[in-house]
Amino acid sequence: MNKTRSKTPKESIKKHFLLFMGPVLAAFIIGFVWPFIQGIYLSFCKFRLIKDAEFIGFSNYGKAFSDASFRYSFDYTAVFAVVSLVLINVLAFTVAYILTQNIKGSNLFRTVFFMPNLIGGIVLGYIWAMIFDGILSRYSTSILLETKYGFWGLIILMIWQQVGYMMIIYIAGLQAVPDDMIEAASIDGASRSQILFRITIPNVMPSITICSFLGLTNGFKLFDQNLALTGGQPFIIQPDGSAIKTTEMMALNIFNTFYGSNKSATGVAQAKAVLFFILVAGLGLLQLAYTRKREVQQ
Amino acid sequence: MKKDIIGKTIYSVVLAFVCIIWVLPVLAVVINSFKVNTFVKTNTFDLPTGEMNAGFSNFVNGMTFGNYPFFKSVLYSVVITVLSVGLILLFTSMAAWYIARVDNMICKIVYFLCVFSMVVPFQMVMFTLSKTADKLKLNTPFTIPIVYLGFGAGLAIFMFVGFVKSIPLEIEEAAAIDGCGPIGTYFMVVVHMLKPTLISVGILELMWVWNDYLLPYLVLDINEYRTIPIHIQYLKGSYGTVDLGATMALILLSIIPVIIFYFACQKYIIKGVAAGAVKG
Repeated sequence: MNKTRSKTPKESIKKHFLLFMGPVLAAFIIGFVWPFIQGIYLSFCKFRLIKDAEFIGFSNYGKAFSDASFRYSFDYTAVFAVVSLVLINVLAFTVAYILTQNIKGSNLFRTVFFMPNLIGGIVLGYIWAMIFDGILSRYSTSILLETKYGFWGLIILMIWQQVGYMMIIYIAGLQAVPDDMIEAASIDGASRSQILFRITIPNVMPSITICSFLGLTNGFKLFDQNLALTGGQPFIIQPDGSAIKTTEMMALNIFNTFYGSNKSATGVAQAKAVLFFILVAGLGLLQLAYTRKREVQQ
Repeated sequence: MKKDIIGKTIYSVVLAFVCIIWVLPVLAVVINSFKVNTFVKTNTFDLPTGEMNAGFSNFVNGMTFGNYPFFKSVLYSVVITVLSVGLILLFTSMAAWYIARVDNMICKIVYFLCVFSMVVPFQMVMFTLSKTADKLKLNTPFTIPIVYLGFGAGLAIFMFVGFVKSIPLEIEEAAAIDGCGPIGTYFMVVVHMLKPTLISVGILELMWVWNDYLLPYLVLDINEYRTIPIHIQYLKGSYGTVDLGATMALILLSIIPVIIFYFACQKYIIKGVAAGAVKG
């Protein structure tokens, strides 16, 4: 009886496949599935326009790997991602920890820290370019003139934007730590730092994992802020005439290869994009596997 | 106990200090938007007094600066954002309900592809996507929302399916017994229960579309259509001299609505972002 009753709605929903699924499926194929498949295929082709693509095997990948600017951008991005990940997470956790200690004005603080997160990457880039140049012009230099300024400038920008975001996740994690556990520990004579390192931190491990992977993938995928703050400057001209843009990250490197002056490099650009996808998706899968494993343990 | 109170006061003072630092960049935008261009670089952190004061001239100049009227960019940004978020919320929630309730092979495949699309960076599809959009005439502010629906479907469907699965089936069964068809059940019963998730997803997609630069830049004909991020990027781009004062005035105008929106819906925004982060 029960079974036939619950079956009726399901069967009648099924009849409306086109209405419920049609629009999303059509858009999803146009906006994701088809471009993705075509992108994989084109990475093995030589082409200027898609319609005269010519299959050439792995040679685009060979060129991508031997492209000095791409290898440079990988190293630069990886260092940037790790440094920003550590700094942002340490700061966000510290702020979240203090905010959950019942202090005065914590709502106001939370509001202010989160605010930069809503400002778009391009706008952020120009705000900070103005600030850094305002400081650096006193020493008659500019953020566009030295790689280290561009690197740390982007780190500061990302800290300003991301600390509030990660803080929200940490606050949720910290509020879920059972109070009686902390109380029991303090009755047993545990000091504050003992409670922090032996109870609080192990209990917010899931939040730390989420934020770490988020920080890492955000760092790798960064584009708008990179484009607006330095756009890759300063450049180093190589002996063969090509330039290494010393603050150019992977996403910007791929963009510049696609739409730069060398119109025959689109195949190489697509191959770079596939490699970039494998890297970012790999990080995502790693995160999934890691969080799954932790869930089983708990 | 007394030691505790002193400790907390110190925390408050330190955080208040950091908070002031946190608002300084926005204040820098405000003071420089009223400053004469040549002083923005040399006296970035001074108040716009005396000969540095530009009054509202930066705002007036900014309106037509960059060979493109600013209000048009604002208008197109609003059109694209409203249409995209509307389409995404309506169609992905419907699809998510179908996926969660029917749960056959096709649904499982679509769901898997959606989750998969969440880990694909935009650079992977940007070239082919912009060509496809061009061919299908999805290159205007009124049709680009279809591209957003396609590329943004992943996260939205993922979040909606998760929520629909937690809604007890009995409510929908009761509606069916009362003579409600699937369409009636969805629009009169399910939508109301989905409200919190609709708000969360809506805010996440809104922040994404409003601030997005690369997708509209590649898809739209930017001589004709610009959004606010494209407009800001092009102030510096190709027109030789850079009027930093006017740039700051436009940046201020573009972040004021965002900040007002934030203070008005803060609770929902923070909740939505937290929900999206934990899942994404």
